[in-house]
Amino acid sequence: MIEARLLTKVFRDKKRGEIRGADGVSFKVEPGRIYGLLGANGAGKTTTLRMLATLLKPTSGTAVVAGYDVVREPDKVRANVGFLAASTALYDRLTAREMISYFGRLNGLDEASLRARVRLLADELEMHDFLDRRCEKLSTGMKQKTSIARTLVHDPQVMIFDEPTVGLDVMTARSIVRFVRECRGRGKTVIYSTHVMSEAEKLCDVVGIIHEGALRAEGTIEELKARTGETDLEECFVKIACPGEAT
Amino acid sequence: MSWRAIRTIYAKELRDSLRDRRTLVSTIVIPTFLMPVLMLVVVKATSAIVSRAREEIPRVMVIDGADSPGIRAELEKTGKFRLERASSDWKSLISNKRVRAAVEIPAGFEKALEAGSAPAITLYDYQGELKSGLAAEQLRNFFTGLRARATARLLADRGLPASIAKPFEVTQTNVAPPEKVGGNLMGGFVPYFLILLCFTGAMYPAMDLTAGEKERGTMETLLCSPATRTDIVMGKFLMVLTGSLAAVAFSLISLSFSLLVIGSTIGTATAGMGPAGEMTPTIDLLGILGVVAMVLPVAVLFSAVVFTVCLFAKSPKEAQSYVTPLVFIIIFPCGIGLLPGIELNYHLAMVPVANVSLVCKEMLSGVWHWGYIGVIFGSTAVYAAAALALAVAMFKREGVIFRT
Repeated sequence: MIEARLLTKVFRDKKRGEIRGADGVSFKVEPGRIYGLLGANGAGKTTTLRMLATLLKPTSGTAVVAGYDVVREPDKVRANVGFLAASTALYDRLTAREMISYFGRLNGLDEASLRARVRLLADELEMHDFLDRRCEKLSTGMKQKTSIARTLVHDPQVMIFDEPTVGLDVMTARSIVRFVRECRGRGKTVIYSTHVMSEAEKLCDVVGIIHEGALRAEGTIEELKARTGETDLEECFVKIACPGEAT
Repeated sequence: MSWRAIRTIYAKELRDSLRDRRTLVSTIVIPTFLMPVLMLVVVKATSAIVSRAREEIPRVMVIDGADSPGIRAELEKTGKFRLERASSDWKSLISNKRVRAAVEIPAGFEKALEAGSAPAITLYDYQGELKSGLAAEQLRNFFTGLRARATARLLADRGLPASIAKPFEVTQTNVAPPEKVGGNLMGGFVPYFLILLCFTGAMYPAMDLTAGEKERGTMETLLCSPATRTDIVMGKFLMVLTGSLAAVAFSLISLSFSLLVIGSTIGTATAGMGPAGEMTPTIDLLGILGVVAMVLPVAVLFSAVVFTVCLFAKSPKEAQSYVTPLVFIIIFPCGIGLLPGIELNYHLAMVPVANVSLVCKEMLSGVWHWGYIGVIFGSTAVYAAAALALAVAMFKREGVIFRT
């Protein structure tokens, strides 16, 4: 489970002064559900997700992830989270197997469990053909599978996806979407940030619309459409995020 | 702090670095081959140039001295000079290297010499020019010999023994063993190279493991793992330290080999130049071990400093622009051992890098000041620990790690 409680992150910039990357963001995600965080670039999605994954420390507020507080127990939070983002790359000079094993070891798996886990993930993701190939030699699709295996190696309860399909071709993006659904099917708690409305419609049980660091609205897609009187999610999003710009 | 996590990170970084051609070049290839090859080339070339210059019979001009034909004839008879016709533009001829040196013989020199009151002979050379210097040296030797013979003759004429002009001999005997001679000759160079290589060995791994990872996006991947920031710094720092120590180790091995060759080159080049020249200088093994021990905390200090500086950069290119000026900053304290007349004291013993350079020079020449050694090792270890603590603190700063 994920429960964000008034998560706030303030960045201090010499030129721009104080910037509120996230401003009192609160929401709850139950196991077996996908929560979509919708927002434009710079809206605060990545900041919020980085706080949930304990990469950033909240300026105020907190969150409980998989039963652990992100401020007080960040190491335990990370041990129970799989974080996949467009910005989480692979080590080019390691093979796919070495990459997965490295993160397995960092997550405390012993060698026997690690071998079994790598075999299982390679079976599930059909990675055997390129498991011992260096990441620099892999295609985008193969890299994405390796990244997925890296996030799953310790079988985390919570999965955090930060715009994972950015820059990917249609086929690779579809495989990511399929994988996110599978995570939900396995009872994992999933949070998925995107600005691609079609992805949100396909995947998310609940969405939160974030703009300028603040969560402006939350609910199922149908609830949000009903609330705004729109039938198209994009129009609905624009109406909530930037009311002045709605057509 | 988890040793398991640190070990895991270090093992991965080591494997990753061993597959990186640029790291291998900076930590193994350059220290092993480039420095010794450069040293060998310089020493061999210098030795060859000096030998060739010594073999050349210099063109020398005699200015004036028309009334002293005997001196001119004696000069020619030695076979060591090619006498050129006197010319009024002898200065420009020396400058243009058409004549190596000139000797001015004052009027009435031979007559005055007979009488035992000859005026001064003046030699002209082009200071700093090797062949000109050698020609002037040979002229000086000739006239010194001439003076000795004249003195002996004058004394004999007066019925006095030749020993009256030279009542006692002065001899000089070296008591330093070859390794101490080697230490004195090369004691400044060895720590200079080792400390510098210790720095350059840390440079590339530090850039790759910090700014390089940021640029490639793998830093964020690693930060997602349960490893703490301290574990990550320690694992990466150990790899940077490995790079630094590997550069030192490889340079020491190749330096030892080079010194054997250079030593024999010096020995050959100085053969026949007296007792000191017949000895081949070597380096004291105990001194080398002392240098290695003193360089260890310096390697920790450099690794931590370079690691911290590189952390601020967003890309290896930016990191390089931060680190390159540091090389110039450390060159001076590093080369202080090469300067003559600077002796170690307790104030200098607290100056990082310079202290190690000076104490290493002393150790290589067989001087072991345990008080200084203790202060230097201790102070460098404290600086290194402070730099490492700073690296951990910087790594925990979000503004540094997520700088965009």
